[in-house]
Amino acid sequence: MMSSGHALRDYAMRLGDDALVLGQRLSEWCGHAPMLELDLALANIGLDLLGQAQHFLAYAGALEGKGRDADALAFHRDVMDFKNCLLVEQPNGDFAQTMARQFLFSTWHELYLDALTGSNDATLAAVAAKGVKETTYHAKLSSEWIVRLGDGTEESRARVIHGLDWMWRFVDELFHDDLVDESVTVSGAGVARAALRPAWDARVDAVLADAGLERPAPRRGIIGGRVGRHSEHLGHMLSEMQFLQRAYPGATW
Amino acid sequence: MSALLSSRVLDVLGDVPDPEIPAVSVVDLGIVRRVDDEAVHITPTYTGCPATIAIERMIRKALDDAGMRDLDIVIDLSPPWTTDWISDEGREKLRAYGIAPPPRGDGRGTLKAEAAVECPRCGSTEVEEISRFGSTPCKALMRCLSCAEPFDRFKCH
Repeated sequence: MMSSGHALRDYAMRLGDDALVLGQRLSEWCGHAPMLELDLALANIGLDLLGQAQHFLAYAGALEGKGRDADALAFHRDVMDFKNCLLVEQPNGDFAQTMARQFLFSTWHELYLDALTGSNDATLAAVAAKGVKETTYHAKLSSEWIVRLGDGTEESRARVIHGLDWMWRFVDELFHDDLVDESVTVSGAGVARAALRPAWDARVDAVLADAGLERPAPRRGIIGGRVGRHSEHLGHMLSEMQFLQRAYPGATW
Repeated sequence: MSALLSSRVLDVLGDVPDPEIPAVSVVDLGIVRRVDDEAVHITPTYTGCPATIAIERMIRKALDDAGMRDLDIVIDLSPPWTTDWISDEGREKLRAYGIAPPPRGDGRGTLKAEAAVECPRCGSTEVEEISRFGSTPCKALMRCLSCAEPFDRFKCH
């Protein structure tokens, strides 16, 4: 039986890792986006997510009680200790693939953080209340781009179809409740993931309809990120993200 | 804390500019929430705003310089900061600085039907959004269709 303290720590760490990993992925676009405004948009979304990650990971570190702060958790953990979902660690691919990932994730993230504002855990509720306002923008921007790409040229349409197709198998994990989710949800601090699926389906279907796109064919969802079974992509990403603190532990600006 | 001392603290902090938009102070922006016997309570604007650390340091320095070393700085995350907390004076300063201030109200409710934006230079409402994300997390890039000047809009949040 897992103690609820450990479950709450893991729960906060998962929320932090989702935001941290996607924030880092988005920062890879800095200076490479198709146009200046998009460069700013992707960097700003990444920055919002890094801010959320900092709050969730700081809380996870405090609950753990071993003196690890958000930086220690971000820079000195190995890949199997990361608890993010598989969707956020997927490579950026082209711009359409990045927008597909953002659209699927942010649509979920907005619903999730909105529900988390009702948590009986004051810290989780406060960070969620703050984060959901930012995430609303992320969902809106990425939804608009799905429509623009899907309803755009033959080339943009083919690319967004490919991007959605690549990301679709990682969607089920967003709605998969395991022991940690259940334990924290029963105590009133967490959110039941599965319950958010109908609302997510409706929002995603509405945007896809606007874009003139079909839902990708159903397929077996892949899960495992929450317990540290990651795709090979995450290790490569961390080797860059963690390089400086690994090579020069404790270095500061 | 006496009302007098509290207002002295607010006077001191009224001279602390926002590091990214120096035309307005941390008090104008509503970042400083309240002052009690032990501490100044502040609420960061955006979770990922890089200015948050700078703001805390600048407030610390201003308090120290004014002989208020005993006052701590406490960060309150809840309730979350909203553009509704920007004072009327702060809104005027933003406009004069060339940034269209946000409409009154909580950002989430009005996001789907955003209020009209006035060009801070010529006052025209014939404007278009160039990019929802601008030079800082709190601003969007706009263009005035009447005077053709680009400008920043403080996003309702």
